[in-house]
Amino acid sequence: MKTLIRVGISGYGAYVPMYRLKAAEVNRMWSTSGEPVEEKAVVALDEDTVTIAVECARQAVRRSGVDPAKIGAVYVGTESKPYAVKPSGTIVAEAIGATPSVSTADYEFACKAGTEAMQACIGFVGSGMQKYAMGIGADTAQGKPADALEYTAACGGAAYLFGPADEGVAELEASYSFVTDTPDFWRRPKEMYPRHGNRFTGEPAYFKHITSAGKALLAETGYKPTDFKWAVFHQPNAKFPINVAKMLGFGMDQINPGLVSPVVGNTYAGSSPLGLAATLDIAEPGDRIFMVSYGSGSGSDAFVWKVRESIKHRRGGPKVKSYIDRKRYVDYATYLRHRGQIIV
Amino acid sequence: MRKVAIAGIGFTKIGEPWERNIKELFAEAALNAMKDSTCNEIDQLYVANMMGAHLQGQIGMGAMMAEAIGRPGIPAVRIEAGQASGGVAFNEGVKAVASGFSDWVLVGGVEKMSDLLPEAVTTALTYAEDQEYTAYTGVTKIGLSAILHRLYSHEYGVTPDEIGWFAVRSHDNAVGVSHAQYPFKLSIERVMTSPMEADPIRMMECAAVADGAAAVILGPADSVANGIEVAASSVATDHLSLASRKHPLTLEAVKKAAAKAYEIAKVNPKDIDVLEVNDDTTIDGVLSLEDLGFAEKGKGAKFVTQGYTTRTGEIPTNNFGGLKARGNPIGATGLYQIAETVIQLRGKAGANQVPNAKIGMAQSMAGVGSTCSVAILRRV
Repeated sequence: MKTLIRVGISGYGAYVPMYRLKAAEVNRMWSTSGEPVEEKAVVALDEDTVTIAVECARQAVRRSGVDPAKIGAVYVGTESKPYAVKPSGTIVAEAIGATPSVSTADYEFACKAGTEAMQACIGFVGSGMQKYAMGIGADTAQGKPADALEYTAACGGAAYLFGPADEGVAELEASYSFVTDTPDFWRRPKEMYPRHGNRFTGEPAYFKHITSAGKALLAETGYKPTDFKWAVFHQPNAKFPINVAKMLGFGMDQINPGLVSPVVGNTYAGSSPLGLAATLDIAEPGDRIFMVSYGSGSGSDAFVWKVRESIKHRRGGPKVKSYIDRKRYVDYATYLRHRGQIIV
Repeated sequence: MRKVAIAGIGFTKIGEPWERNIKELFAEAALNAMKDSTCNEIDQLYVANMMGAHLQGQIGMGAMMAEAIGRPGIPAVRIEAGQASGGVAFNEGVKAVASGFSDWVLVGGVEKMSDLLPEAVTTALTYAEDQEYTAYTGVTKIGLSAILHRLYSHEYGVTPDEIGWFAVRSHDNAVGVSHAQYPFKLSIERVMTSPMEADPIRMMECAAVADGAAAVILGPADSVANGIEVAASSVATDHLSLASRKHPLTLEAVKKAAAKAYEIAKVNPKDIDVLEVNDDTTIDGVLSLEDLGFAEKGKGAKFVTQGYTTRTGEIPTNNFGGLKARGNPIGATGLYQIAETVIQLRGKAGANQVPNAKIGMAQSMAGVGSTCSVAILRRV
């Protein structure tokens, strides 16, 4: 898919909370073994999806230099909104100074809600309806105690302010979305934790959708994996993104800068947007970045970004790496307390 | 009684075919067997399946599969004997042809487990145990094998890795096998550092959840050109509960079924050229080798570790990977074992061929040995 008006990323921001839970600590708790990631990011007592989204959005606005009042849309993609009914987007829009002349909403599409919000913004800006639109992926993902997801379900996010391509730190060359009805992971109303189809979440879900979306976008653009300096894939654990990169013909050198799941965990709607932010942090002008998200249910959004000259002077402030390096470990009990999982 | 021969074999690749249902899997295996046999007439159909009633909510599989293979109307019935369903269904098919009741019998097995969550599959597998006496305690099939594993190590001074070698040997034989679920080598280090499944049995010592179907066509030996003769087929049972058995480390059903089969076929263990045994867990494989008469009691693990069961060893065992590496789609497993034995006796096993294999044995087992089937096949 291509836009009528060329669209770029005017500014981007990311946030990873300070606390970490080691996979080894989960193993200690449940007498289990295996470490799908090394550790995962955990929110502080006073953090939630909205505070994460606001942190990311503020950084994106700051880096872009855009007057927040000119932002015409704020979309938050998440599966852990603090309110079941009441948009997170309104809080974020107000916090960054984008209200009242703004469209906001929350997107839900499991782990690809963030890139779905980005696609919507691209449509807004690409059609000329608004000059600037903000798409955010942020989550405080829930993992049921003793479930496989407890190792990985993490907290964090990234925000992208879209605007005219010629002002951007990166230009969108093309995008593509691929969706089927594949129930591999879900959470019903009033349930605290999602359920999943175990190995069904792999081959017929994650791998099928990412490879299908990725191949379709490569075919549409005529690019080969070697035409990209970098690549970012959804990161539910450390292994899947490496395997799917191989399946599509991308190497470790291309995915390494954006592969944050081993030390951050799976930030769900924030996952591939966070990987993209980490990649933009080190990218050079002219670099092309391939990106494919995945959300259960299921679908993938694929993007081709081309980094522009202005990246050099518009990535000030904390990098993703500095958020990753800034950490404090919590034990299992403290983790439960931070995640509100101790019911008193 | 008529002599019975195997006129054709067929099976599917074992794995996780998410987009295919039990009918499609069964039909593929059955139609492959029909093509292999050039037999177009089927008088009777036996469908081996253990868990369809629970996992797919499906019974009435006889009629369903008769329709699936394009033969609606023929007599057809599902055979369930726990994890030994495939071998027991084969035995029923042999009886039907031997007695003259039917001429051409298709025995097919199918199981589809991957669509369900592991806890549902584990629950269904435990249905093969006595619900009022054993299963209600919450023990799993692998948990019961773990009890035997501990007792075996204690009684015979065997180390866990000596038992773990059974998985290594099975994987060695699966390399390059196109229908195998895990066609790759597995090191003893990998086996012994894999997560604990039921202490002391580790994950890489256990057959995994798998989907697949296998089928054979049986007919009167004098009407089958180039067939493989069924020299013997037998079934025996034992107390379901380990606690009711004389000695838990002796699988009486295996001993009885084997003794009967040797007697019918007029052979002894030394005459067997190729062997397929149940290695649902490594200890199941070790005990089976002993109670089938290939290794002395207490020496089965060392027998495997020392290489007696390799392709060039004394008794080449699980020549396409066994339950562990070829895969264990429960109701179909006994028929995979028989089909693979046929491939060996035909001399068509390629890189897996055991030279000059003339007599083969296949043993399948329910739970920790509550039912056992043994078939001896012979190239004539």
